[in-house]
Amino acid sequence: MRFALSAEQKDFAASIGDFLSDVDTAAAARDWAAGDPGSGLTLWRGLAGIGITGLLVPERFDGLGADPVDLVVAFERLGYHAVPGPWVDTAAVLPMLLEDELLAGVAAGETLASVALPPHVPYALDADVAEARIAVAGTRLHAFAPGRALPSVDSCRRLFEVREGEVLGAAVDPPLAFDAGVLATAAQLLGAGQWLLDAAVDYARQRRQYGREIGRYQAVKHLLADVVTRLELARPLVHAAAIAVRDGAPTRARDVSAAKVAAGEAAYLAARTGLQVHGAIGYTAEHELGLRLAKVRALVAAWGTRGMHHRRVLDAVSGAVA
Amino acid sequence: MDLELDEHAARFRDEVRSWLAENVPQRPLASFDTAEGFARHRAWEARLAEAGLSVVAWPEEFGGRDASLLEWVLFEEEYYAAGAPGRVSQNGIFMLAPTLFSHGTAEQRRRILPPMARGQEVWAQAWSEPEAGSDIAALRSTATRTEGGWLLSGQKTWSSRAAFADKAFGLFRSDPGSERHRGLTYLMFDLRAEGVRVRPIPQLDGEPGFAEIFLDGVFVPDADVLGEPGDGWRVAMTTANNERGLSLRSPGRFLAAADRLTELWQRVGDPADTALSGRVADAWIGARAYQLYTFGTVTRLREGGSLGPESSVNKLFWSHLDLALHETALDLLGPDGELRAEHGWVDGWLFALAGPIYGGTDQIQRNTVAERLLGLPRGDR
Repeated sequence: MRFALSAEQKDFAASIGDFLSDVDTAAAARDWAAGDPGSGLTLWRGLAGIGITGLLVPERFDGLGADPVDLVVAFERLGYHAVPGPWVDTAAVLPMLLEDELLAGVAAGETLASVALPPHVPYALDADVAEARIAVAGTRLHAFAPGRALPSVDSCRRLFEVREGEVLGAAVDPPLAFDAGVLATAAQLLGAGQWLLDAAVDYARQRRQYGREIGRYQAVKHLLADVVTRLELARPLVHAAAIAVRDGAPTRARDVSAAKVAAGEAAYLAARTGLQVHGAIGYTAEHELGLRLAKVRALVAAWGTRGMHHRRVLDAVSGAVA
Repeated sequence: MDLELDEHAARFRDEVRSWLAENVPQRPLASFDTAEGFARHRAWEARLAEAGLSVVAWPEEFGGRDASLLEWVLFEEEYYAAGAPGRVSQNGIFMLAPTLFSHGTAEQRRRILPPMARGQEVWAQAWSEPEAGSDIAALRSTATRTEGGWLLSGQKTWSSRAAFADKAFGLFRSDPGSERHRGLTYLMFDLRAEGVRVRPIPQLDGEPGFAEIFLDGVFVPDADVLGEPGDGWRVAMTTANNERGLSLRSPGRFLAAADRLTELWQRVGDPADTALSGRVADAWIGARAYQLYTFGTVTRLREGGSLGPESSVNKLFWSHLDLALHETALDLLGPDGELRAEHGWVDGWLFALAGPIYGGTDQIQRNTVAERLLGLPRGDR
């Protein structure tokens, strides 16, 4: 047993972090929300160059055929920097749905995908930007056309109704594709939560009220201590879920659901606490906090609600002890 | 990154599992906070020791089997999953013994550890005093130099196991002019020595899990000083985060409780009550998270890391998890939730209530996490 990231995985996370710290991801996110995807697509291609879009793509389609643990390492960084775009659909879900030359385009960073996977993923993300638009119906794949736009609480998530089109063929493994989407979403939540914590800690060290830094007050310290506790205990669930996806473990559904619930709750607590610590400045559109706060709320509902994942956990564990 | 056990660890786990399956008492032993229960638990410790399972992580010469940290965690998981008795020797095994391994003399280890491992000598902790709870540095009991040793005077309180235990360990102020952390000495003493009076204090469950200890010129030989005189604070603190101690509370306890909770939910739960079933799921997820976090800690320690303020994160998490597990069970039981003899959940809940208080309150842990892990400035308390 060795339950820790490898040196290579830590380096991978650091290289993604370095890349994203050098570009203005907040500006790209705001452009994306405003319907101007240019800077977001530049960012996309840059990240594809580091290998993120090809992680789960098999080597015969020029992908990396990497470990799902690498995937969660990457998605945690994407969540941390609030990178816009259909990352879950393209990099995590699509490679589990089809085996096709399309994946070579994904790996190269040229093809963006938008995937609907009803009932839990009924709306299509960024379907106006993605050229591969695929809906799962039972065991079959359909192309779809984007219908009415549905504004999300996270303005960077451009959602659309799905109008089913021509049948494309059989889906490879829809349950695995769903679980990969849940896993990547959980990792993004964890990253967003970590950013919210880091920002609140930095702010609490600087902001002075009543003649001292607010981080000196126990009331503030205790809020932040609870956030770090939740995040630290959610992270191993995300890593274990990635292992279960990699190994095709019989506990896969249970493990990804547990990860999504815990990461969602930790990130949401981080969002609420982050806003509380920042006060009014955090409630402004100029501040980056809002980008994560809205994203966390959106991702808590996306890829299966808390109630749905609770049910999956209970079904699995009560089956196990029956 | 993987969660697979190597052959050695898997074999060890299987051996423990099969021994426990054959030896765990059919009926739970009476509480070790009663005279009868204490005697039965002492006998259980001896039986564990005969099988080489009372202190698996210790060196063989003291009754252990040199188990790795991972194997210790596996042992604990199996132990609680099997419904085996609580450890009446835990204060000695998990708090005093690690300190002896770090700071004790060879003579002390030889003399103290083997009877501890066999349950022949059960140790109580004597940290707290009436004026000093989490603020141990405020303690006032004294150790005064005398020929060949020290004379202890003062009062200790909320001392777990002291009502029936044989010996105790704690910190004493040995330099009369000293303040706070300075001038303290770590001493071990016999609870039946002349000058010691023990007054049991019933806990919430009505049993004397605590006691006050009154000390009036109790002689302790130099051989029972742990570490250097005056250096007691450092001696106590270097093992406060000890990996085999309470800070790494074994995940097996919570996994076992989560499994029992899931069984209870299946038997009596209403699936339409999503609020309650959500709490059952959350409790299970919490127990699993704690298990995995422990595996992460084991890996880090094995690769040369050390436990620092993370142990406060650990304690904050498990103390609330333990409460949530028990509160959820009591709510699932409905009107039977108040019944004590019908199921173990009430006693478990009473025990869990203490979690956010002992070993440093939640508030102390949160300060530690905020200041030492997040780097926030120290402030007024």
